[in-house]
Amino acid sequence: MRTFRLGGVHPEENKISTNAKIEVFPLPKQAVVFLNQHLGAPATPVVAKGDAVKTGQLIAKAEAFVCANIHSPVTGTVNKIDTMKDIFGFNKTAIVIDVAETEEWVETVDTTPDIKRDITLSQKEIVDKIKEMGIVGLGGATFPTHIKYMIPEGKKAEYLLINAAECEPYLTSDHRVILDHTEEVLIGISVLRKALGVPKAYIGIENNKPEPIARLQEMAKQFEGIEVVPLKVKYPQGAEKQLIYSITRRSVPSGKLPIDVGCVVNNIGTAFSVYEAVQKNKPLIETIMTLTGKSLGQQQQHNFVVRIGTPFSDLANYIGGLPEDTCKIISGGTMMGKAIVNIDGPIVKGTSSMLLISEKEAYRYEEQDCIRCGKCVKACPMGLEPYLFSSLINNGKFQEAADNHLMDCMECGCCLFSCPAHKPLTDEIRLAKTKLRQMQQKK
Amino acid sequence: MRLLNVSGSPHVHSGESVKRIMWDVNIALIPLLLTAILFFGFEALFVCLVSVASCLLFQWLIEKFLLKTKTTITDGSAIVTGLLLAFNLPSNLPLWIVIIGALVAIGIGKMSFGGLGKNPFNPALVGRVFLLISFPVQMTTWPRPLGICNIFSNGAVDATTGATPLAAFKEAVKNGTANFDMPNLMDAFLGHIGGSMGEVSAIAIIIGGIYMLCRRVISWHIPVSFIGTALVFSAILWCINPSHYMDPITTILTGGLMLGAVFMATDMVTSPMSKWGKVVFGIGCGLLTIIIRNWGSYPEGVSFAILLMNACVPLINKGFKPKRFAK
Amino acid sequence: MSNFIVAAIVVLGAVGLIFAVVLYFVAQKFKVIEDPKIDEIAEVLPGANCGGCGKAGCRALAEAFVKQGDMEGLRCPAGGDAVAEKVAAILGIEASKAEPQVAVIRCAAGCANNPPKSSFQGMKSCAFAHGVFVGTNGCAFGCLGLGDCYNVCQFGAIILDPKTGYPTIDEEKCVGCGACAKACPRMVIELRNKGPKNRRMYVSCVNKEKGAAARKTCTNACIGCGKCAKVCPFEAITVENNVAYIDYTKCKLCRKCEAECPTGAIVSVNFPPRKPAAEAPAKPAEQPAPANNSTVNNENTTNNA
Repeated sequence: MRTFRLGGVHPEENKISTNAKIEVFPLPKQAVVFLNQHLGAPATPVVAKGDAVKTGQLIAKAEAFVCANIHSPVTGTVNKIDTMKDIFGFNKTAIVIDVAETEEWVETVDTTPDIKRDITLSQKEIVDKIKEMGIVGLGGATFPTHIKYMIPEGKKAEYLLINAAECEPYLTSDHRVILDHTEEVLIGISVLRKALGVPKAYIGIENNKPEPIARLQEMAKQFEGIEVVPLKVKYPQGAEKQLIYSITRRSVPSGKLPIDVGCVVNNIGTAFSVYEAVQKNKPLIETIMTLTGKSLGQQQQHNFVVRIGTPFSDLANYIGGLPEDTCKIISGGTMMGKAIVNIDGPIVKGTSSMLLISEKEAYRYEEQDCIRCGKCVKACPMGLEPYLFSSLINNGKFQEAADNHLMDCMECGCCLFSCPAHKPLTDEIRLAKTKLRQMQQKK
Repeated sequence: MRLLNVSGSPHVHSGESVKRIMWDVNIALIPLLLTAILFFGFEALFVCLVSVASCLLFQWLIEKFLLKTKTTITDGSAIVTGLLLAFNLPSNLPLWIVIIGALVAIGIGKMSFGGLGKNPFNPALVGRVFLLISFPVQMTTWPRPLGICNIFSNGAVDATTGATPLAAFKEAVKNGTANFDMPNLMDAFLGHIGGSMGEVSAIAIIIGGIYMLCRRVISWHIPVSFIGTALVFSAILWCINPSHYMDPITTILTGGLMLGAVFMATDMVTSPMSKWGKVVFGIGCGLLTIIIRNWGSYPEGVSFAILLMNACVPLINKGFKPKRFAK
Repeated sequence: MSNFIVAAIVVLGAVGLIFAVVLYFVAQKFKVIEDPKIDEIAEVLPGANCGGCGKAGCRALAEAFVKQGDMEGLRCPAGGDAVAEKVAAILGIEASKAEPQVAVIRCAAGCANNPPKSSFQGMKSCAFAHGVFVGTNGCAFGCLGLGDCYNVCQFGAIILDPKTGYPTIDEEKCVGCGACAKACPRMVIELRNKGPKNRRMYVSCVNKEKGAAARKTCTNACIGCGKCAKVCPFEAITVENNVAYIDYTKCKLCRKCEAECPTGAIVSVNFPPRKPAAEAPAKPAEQPAPANNSTVNNENTTNNA
């Protein structure tokens, strides 16, 4: 079984919502669409207060290089363009749309349920389409997808890797997309393969999903140049550098991008939205997300396709309120996801889940002195020394930490997960990375 | 609804804790305790109890009255130190010496550096070496082990005392008597030889070591490289002059080598972090042990070897970094 | 026996002598010639290495003084005028005077009016928490209450409330070095002139949200209504980004704005208690400031709320 070499941990999988088919979540009453839902600069709004918008209409345009278009997820009128609180409580500029009773799509969007198999667009047209439809990476970083397909001069893409590892505990949205939309996903991958101009695309998928693997392998026979690669179950199998190593045995050096070793990595969810964008002309206005938690009954585990701008509280209301013992709500997986404070905050493009975690599970034990057991060193998939960072950071020696390759850390959380002394290693490293970036900017 | 809790990722934990690690070590030490009682009678148990109790007491006193911090005696680390110290002592040692050893081990070996995790040297070994230098006579007079049948017969223990095979061998080499009576290998393996309480029985140490390996408290690197180096090095010497040097199998089965390699050198706090660092550490311990045994004035060199290598750990950590991704 | 003793004395003596000679020459060879003034100045500096002067530490400041030869642009904020005079004496020049400053915390989130809206676990660092979420009190601008300022203060001038974690400044101990202001990721702490008789007024809020939103976040928030700016006879108050700011160089401490503020965001420090509302605006009383002068006088919050 293929896997990466260094480090890694085995958190409890907790994939309890795998059997819940993807359901369409009802429209919200008011949609709050942030102008910055992606990595990079915020988009510039092209609508004003009082404008009527249709579903799928462009409402904010990308003007910077690293930026993505934003389309209206609903039909209605623009209530205001103002700062709104996101799920972490921070104020960000958003377009607020009051939702009309009847939904009206933009004419160009193909809303029929038929699967469109022929890829008619040329390589360049596909990339332009991806850019126009505001597709961003749905694996978590929300990096605008089209930039990955603008290969810099002197570099050559050899492999397209599709990340379906879904190594995070709890998350099942990728699992369900593969099962419920197998053919669309594979068409999406073919589109991406054409856009990149490579002969081969690999789908990396963790071996704990036998059903999706079987389905993909069965269906992939009808497609040219798509291979399914089952991977060993080990966190963080879905991290970009680890995935590239597992599948191609190539190592992305420190500070380099996947394209430097001839690889482009996309999430399987992105492949699905690329299918919708390129083949059906549908912009990225929905996200497929998991609503799960150990305290919820089997009937209340859901996988939804939700419009962007829907508040998290709508999801909570859908299942009849949060369970009594909910202590933490996480957007994303338990290893790298973020805890939210403002449940009225809206869903954005990269949202992949709403996890309800009980107090017992989320509790962080009191910090103790490091006993230098080396478990963090053993767990680190980048081969770093978190214990050393911790002592350097606590003494304010950020530069020395950077000399020990602190910036290679991808904050996967393996060190904190395995630390017997419960030291907040990942927290400290994250702080140091922020400080170092600030120091660099000052220079 | 209650207040939402917020923290940085990750939001789950493996459940590993310092307490659990320390108690795992304690569990791994149980076979040693049983063999100690088996071969040296209930006197051995008394020494262990006194050692553990005084370690706990000193740690509590120091934390309560000197450092004025929260007491950490429940984490089990003081019990580990107490047991390991006791296992490095002869079973007939006067109890007041044991208490002094515990004071040095906890007070100087551990707490003076700031407590668990900050000590550069293995506390139990600090205590043991202090006693060895301060009370050489008491520390090198070992009772002969009892037969399994006469554990309960009192009085027999104090009557017979003698040197360990190592000391006897050294004496024999010094006097030029070439034909030294080697201990039966099976006896050495089971523990029916003279020596400190915990170091005599190789089988008990191996059982404890396997338990710790399964629980991932230790990794194989240090014990294997330590014992392997000692084996190879002594084999080379033995090939050169079998009458002057001890044979390799007896070398590793006698004295504190097994105990040191499995329980003392693998102490997390005082051993290197990376795999290669651990291997280097083990090799250094093995070499130093054989050198001290053969050319030093002491018949046994495990404690000194480990303490010397403990001092090198920061350097090893600096020199042998873990392998980085894409490097 | 005596031979042994003589031999030991001779050998040890010779070894000692050789080392002494070697050490002497090595010391001569590697001697660093340094202006003795640096040591003298370093001696009079506080030695806290707080970084308030902008240098790496007290010795670095002493070196800078000597290198520059005068005190232009260099000052030890922690030592204040007393140290400045000593340094000037060593340098042989006239000391420059500066208004003593003190840190103020422009956030009142620790009070009972703004209960926590979430709880936090993890690294006790404001800088870290700032990157994770808005803060337990729900305000994206205010104090996070995890004590970064407390950790950097070399003078023990910051007192954390054991229950809420919010800081207060001990004016007696605060030397105005500004280390806390630099450490605060939300720039809540500001250095202000101590003011006459240690009396000063400031807006205890930095929330840039619009009025209604700010008020929803915290009952003590500045809502940017501008009433204070209108009432101020000295044009000392400006309202920008929905937050009022009192310019301490223009403020004459008349306390009119404090009476006008609908949320009690404006606080005055070290003033005697106000007389009952019926009387005319209180004049600064003659009696000296009370002993416990770190208390903040905002009891009129309830009158106007």
